[in-house]
Amino acid sequence: MSPNSPKKEYSRKDFTSDQEVRWCPGCGDYAILAAMQRTLPSLGSTPENTVFISGIGCSSRFPYYMNTYGFHTIHGRAPAVATGVKLANPELDVWVITGDGDGLSIGGNHLLHVLRRNVDLQILLFNNQIYGLTKGQYSPTSQVGKVTPSSPLGSIDQPVVPTRFALGAGATFVARAFDISKKLPEALTAAREHKGAAFIEILQNCPVFNDGVFDLVTDRKTGPAYQLWLEHGQPMTFGANGEKGLRLNTKTLGLEVVTIGEGGVTEQDIVTHDETNRQLAWLLTDLPNVVALGVLYRHRGPVYDESVETQRELAEDQFGDPDLHALLRQGHTWTVV
Amino acid sequence: MIRFAGDSGDGMQLTGSQFTTATADAGNDLATFPDFPAEIRAPAGTTYGVSGYQIQFASHDVLTPGDAPDVLVAMNPAALKVNSDALKAGGLLVVNTGAFSSNNLKKAGYERNPLDDGSMNRFRILSLDINKMTLDAVKDVGLGAKEANRCKNMWTLGLMYWLFGRERDQTVAWLENKFAKNPKVAEANIAALNAGHIYGENAELPHGIQAYEVPAADLTPGEYRNVSGNEATAWGLVTGARLAGLKMMYGSYPITPASSLLHQLSRLKHFGVTTFQAEDEIAAIAAAVGASFGGSIGATGTSGPGIALKSETIGLAIAAELPLVIVNVQRGGPSTGLPTKTEQSDLFQAVVGRNGDAPLVVLAAATPGDCYYMAIEAVRMAVKYMTPVILLSDGYLANSAEPWPLPDLDALRPFPVQFHRDPEGFHPFLRDEQTEARAWAVPGTPGLEHRIGGLEKDRTTGHISYDPHNHHRMTKIRHQKVAGIARDIERAKVDQGEGEGDLLVVGWGSTYGAISQAVRILRERGHDVSHLHLRNIWPLPEGLGDLLRSFNSVLVPELNFGQLTMLLRAEFLVPAESLTRVTGQPFRVAGLVESVEERLQRSAE
Repeated sequence: MSPNSPKKEYSRKDFTSDQEVRWCPGCGDYAILAAMQRTLPSLGSTPENTVFISGIGCSSRFPYYMNTYGFHTIHGRAPAVATGVKLANPELDVWVITGDGDGLSIGGNHLLHVLRRNVDLQILLFNNQIYGLTKGQYSPTSQVGKVTPSSPLGSIDQPVVPTRFALGAGATFVARAFDISKKLPEALTAAREHKGAAFIEILQNCPVFNDGVFDLVTDRKTGPAYQLWLEHGQPMTFGANGEKGLRLNTKTLGLEVVTIGEGGVTEQDIVTHDETNRQLAWLLTDLPNVVALGVLYRHRGPVYDESVETQRELAEDQFGDPDLHALLRQGHTWTVV
Repeated sequence: MIRFAGDSGDGMQLTGSQFTTATADAGNDLATFPDFPAEIRAPAGTTYGVSGYQIQFASHDVLTPGDAPDVLVAMNPAALKVNSDALKAGGLLVVNTGAFSSNNLKKAGYERNPLDDGSMNRFRILSLDINKMTLDAVKDVGLGAKEANRCKNMWTLGLMYWLFGRERDQTVAWLENKFAKNPKVAEANIAALNAGHIYGENAELPHGIQAYEVPAADLTPGEYRNVSGNEATAWGLVTGARLAGLKMMYGSYPITPASSLLHQLSRLKHFGVTTFQAEDEIAAIAAAVGASFGGSIGATGTSGPGIALKSETIGLAIAAELPLVIVNVQRGGPSTGLPTKTEQSDLFQAVVGRNGDAPLVVLAAATPGDCYYMAIEAVRMAVKYMTPVILLSDGYLANSAEPWPLPDLDALRPFPVQFHRDPEGFHPFLRDEQTEARAWAVPGTPGLEHRIGGLEKDRTTGHISYDPHNHHRMTKIRHQKVAGIARDIERAKVDQGEGEGDLLVVGWGSTYGAISQAVRILRERGHDVSHLHLRNIWPLPEGLGDLLRSFNSVLVPELNFGQLTMLLRAEFLVPAESLTRVTGQPFRVAGLVESVEERLQRSAE
């Protein structure tokens, strides 16, 4: 497309590269890729203004399959590289693709800082609770006791909760979804619309090294009992018939699962989701026997790349046009005759 | 040559830099060497808290801050302890006896007062209670005792101004400006400065101590300023980006002695410079690589352990063939090493310190002012050849100042970058036939969407490739691309002396001044010695091997354990010999002259 041609309508095909996808058969990454390729055209994204930056790991092969600009960088550093891209050209729509190992082990530091700075990016953390590309060692999100080649007697590491990490880092947008969910495009859309760093944890099945670890949540039959889809301003109910819900236990200052109509529980007792409430979001990160999905937290805060621009404009107002001649003569000069 | 020495809190660096400005105003040529501890405020009175500032100035051209000072100003016993061995016999020793309490003497490790026991008799001693005279001078201003005492460096500076006939105006103006919000402090400091000067004018000084006159040096006519290496590097990076027609993104993590690059550049936002103080060294360079991918020129600066942390990301920029400038202000190593001291021990790390066959361009600045031109050259090579460039500076260049003839900006040739825009036949590893640089297509350009990364790429499509022959070919292309840059740089030539003869002294980096002066002295003494100074460490300039072979012997002085020596031996199979010194200090001219003469004598026998 030349810059002068009329605005083109894009389809999934326009965002699909000519590269053969090389993930294992049955990998959850396929579903996430498809959701992304389907969703971007509906967001008004263009291939030329979209950039995917990844680190290392199975998920980080993602950019090769998107017909956009892409940079498959080094282990853990994608958030830093993406920050640089955004600083060079704030107009670009930049997505970071990372995993539980890439983003929370080797790259934990960068994830922390990109979130607290609130750089205008979307960060997708594919969480399969395992190291796939190195053949199945436990990851920082693996459950205690997980038996792997490097933990024959079970992992003794306490796992990190990605959404809790993000909130703790000061993220302004925190969401959760899973690979094969029909609602994944909604989460991607919400992340894209957010100004600032938007963090989505995507539960993702690794059929080879950690098959079925999220089955209770993602299975069509058992899922409804374990999926709590959050909607701002709506009561937090779930279950096949919406019969379950979350109630605030004022003694423990925690949320508890209750069944409406049992033990005197009424709809009035169910907490309404307020995605601007950080305390509530914190409670939703790690619930007993149910997984909160959708947007846990959303807040408009100062955006890093916008602040950089503001400071640059201030400097331009204050100092005027750049003048190298004057710069080199700042301070004291003298003339030898 | 003068060395000011005192506690880190005594203001010796300010005193030295003010003296430097006044000396430049007097038309002398000069070179300086600030030498301070890694601790910000080490315990007062201790030897490890001593901060020094040395300046050599003359009516002829000056290439180094000098070896042994003629004048030592010691503000306390620790400063005397650390520096008295360096002072020339017969030199002038100015001591602040006000600080020679028994407690301070003990802290400095003196059992007896060295001023009383005859151990300083080889010097001309001027013992003054500077503490008391400063308090007297400022008492009318009405400052507290602590603040009043802080003015003693200005009292001392006033005396030195008198001794060497320097003008006070510039320092007065500087003090008024610096303490504009606190006029009392300004007043007190100016009063102290004047009092020191008046003391010199009026006091009956011991025999043999009188005011000196150092007439103006015969410098090339033109407009000058004093410049330190880090200032020059920062301005060179900005100038380079403008010549390339690009915005610059400088990512950095604070580290001694590179931090002032970040400070300088963060004030130049209106020049299209974005600075990013990252969470660590890796993020700093990773963001710079991202910015280069995005169409800016990415740059980063660091030192010591920082360059080690950046290695993997430098490898990524090599694999992805993105332009990048890495300034390494070298310091003493290994590990944390000597953070505030100078060394040239990162040459190996720069040339070969990465996983895989990972060639890049390595440049080395020779003087503080040369940092400006080498920084421009680093940007030029990075964008022309789509390669990372490491610019080696060091702690000595970074902090030392020299009078610098201001560059003629109109004479600098622009090298505007043309991003690739044509979708016809495009792939990201499409190469320029001449330079072998790959096409630089930036995000936002329609029709050129592509993916790059650290995995090996097919040389004809840019897609991931594990093909063995392709990997061999790509390794060779990366090697040839960097090697070919030798055609784009000046052929090897000697800086001083003939192109053949008895001995060639080969140096690189900040040792330029010391080697140059040593070779001048050796030649004056009739030795057949030449000096060649390398600014291009990798690739090495064409014709270097032939030049090395045109001498009976080759000597390589370096502030490391023989790194360039090994490189020259490996590249050219010449029996180059190493002259090493790893003390955290620059070479002394006299030491170099002595070492070379010893060798010449040995080979003559």
